[in-house]
Amino acid sequence: MKPELNWAALDKAKPGQYLVRFAFGGLISVGAAALGAHWGPGVGGLFLAFPAILPASLTLLKDKGGTRQACDDARGAVLGSLGLCAFALTVMSAGRAPLVQVLLLATAAWALTSIALWWAAYRNERA
Amino acid sequence: MLPDPCPLFSSEDTRHTDLMATWLQFALRFVLGGAIVSLFSFVGQLLKPKTFAGIFSAAPSVALGSLALSRLAHGAEHTVAEGRSMALGSVALLVYSAACAESIRASRWPVWLTTGLCWALWLLTAFSLRGCLLWVTQR
Repeated sequence: MKPELNWAALDKAKPGQYLVRFAFGGLISVGAAALGAHWGPGVGGLFLAFPAILPASLTLLKDKGGTRQACDDARGAVLGSLGLCAFALTVMSAGRAPLVQVLLLATAAWALTSIALWWAAYRNERA
Repeated sequence: MLPDPCPLFSSEDTRHTDLMATWLQFALRFVLGGAIVSLFSFVGQLLKPKTFAGIFSAAPSVALGSLALSRLAHGAEHTVAEGRSMALGSVALLVYSAACAESIRASRWPVWLTTGLCWALWLLTAFSLRGCLLWVTQR
């Protein structure tokens, strides 16, 4: 099984769904900043990995694609969270480098870790 | 009484300016965070199979904008501290995602309810790990 682009999914997408995700993403960003301002970066940093939009995504997937698709998405998020851990560890260890460099390195660490883990776990699985 | 350190502004004006700057920063975080979350969500929606698309449900979408703005506002040490805590948060996200996968498979309850209830599990895991880290480092 190889990853592919599914352009047909665009036909099913509704602008309202993106508005909900935009609002949740914005609220969690502001919430993390407010918590960080009050209790320090030790608490604010936790919320940079808060599952803000996963409930909305999984609910939509269950309604449109059934239990299997929602379950698969959550299993993919397990791998993505290990990638997110690689992102955070990169920020922690290279955080004093120039900002753009830190963010690019960390995003690359997230992508490489997640994709490598996915490849190891699911490459032989049938669609 | 000590003289005002800034003769151009009264202390009330300075407070007002600080408040405006804080609200402006929150507004910027809201727009940036929302835009990056929507972008990753859009990419995830375009991909199949769903196990691969799910990776984008755990993308650093909130972190990218927040870390950039906090680095500009507070400096590198603040970013490093946030990264350390974020690593703990991402372990909690792993527990959360695994619990969601299991609850969707096994539970008859609505997905919005079980995934919403799993937020409590995320909070418990994240703050327990932080507590453990503080206990270990302060010993």
